[in-house]
Amino acid sequence: MAHVLIDPQRCKGCHLCIQVCPKKILQPSAQLNERGLYPCETSDADACIGCLQCVLVCPDVAITVTDDDARATKQGTI
Amino acid sequence: MHYTRPTALQDVATHYCAGCGHGVAHRLIAEVVDELGIRERTLAVAPVGCAVLAYDYWNFDVTEAAHGRAPAVATGMRRCNPDKVVFTYQGDGDLAAIGAGEIVNAANRGELISVFFINNATYGMTGGQMAPTTMLHQRTTTSPRGRETRAEGWPMKVVEMLAQLDGTAYAVRCALDTPKNIRAARAAIKKAFEVQLAGQGLAIVELLSACPVGWGMKPVEAIKAMAGTMTAQFPLGVVKQREK
Repeated sequence: MAHVLIDPQRCKGCHLCIQVCPKKILQPSAQLNERGLYPCETSDADACIGCLQCVLVCPDVAITVTDDDARATKQGTI
Repeated sequence: MHYTRPTALQDVATHYCAGCGHGVAHRLIAEVVDELGIRERTLAVAPVGCAVLAYDYWNFDVTEAAHGRAPAVATGMRRCNPDKVVFTYQGDGDLAAIGAGEIVNAANRGELISVFFINNATYGMTGGQMAPTTMLHQRTTTSPRGRETRAEGWPMKVVEMLAQLDGTAYAVRCALDTPKNIRAARAAIKKAFEVQLAGQGLAIVELLSACPVGWGMKPVEAIKAMAGTMTAQFPLGVVKQREK
């Protein structure tokens, strides 16, 4: 099972990942990050199929895709 | 199915604006450096422009050159250190305007360096002025009615120009817009390093890149605008690939 994790402090809210996600599980967050931007978040991290399209277009390397359950739990999904 | 940050990319946030293509280009280069296992012997020369702080972002040795002089600095680094892998990372203001003479002569000498040329059709750092690569009819702060050939000439096609020189071994243009094109850009960056490692000559990879702030667009709009306008004036693909 793949998990997509977005670091809300690294994300600059360009929303390019939202455009390319085939499962449509990425969306703008309603909460501001420390930069005062609305970062992207996942609506259903477990629905990720690990295609890495979001990773390819992300200019800020804010997205990590993993299928390691332990890591996903540790970092949390937003 | 996994993706984590490449080792060759430092774990810091960049100063680039949201949606800027520099971040993608930095990441692709770092991924390829890791893949080829050359991080310990890679040297880079950063430009003057938005990427002037690239030494803070890559996890290998990076130096800064005077505006446009990165190919000359890289020439010295590569000739003095034949075992190193040397690349320059330059924008369109740096490479195509003030540094046009340096890159032409470095290519003509067939220097064993890789050149990554970020073309976003504007001067990003100084506030969106017209560059040699600004597209026809594109409005910038110094071409407020749009670029016209009568007054400002045509967009400079750097890759096609350098491909004419015998010293250039590999010349390709890619775009950092869609996942498909970004995958192609990654392959081209890898090829550019392989050309250098094989001692074939200068390799240049032009990366069409979005500058949402300079273009006055939102990031998503800027990326979508690239497919219709930018790739029409700057056709994608391999222009030259010399086998020896």
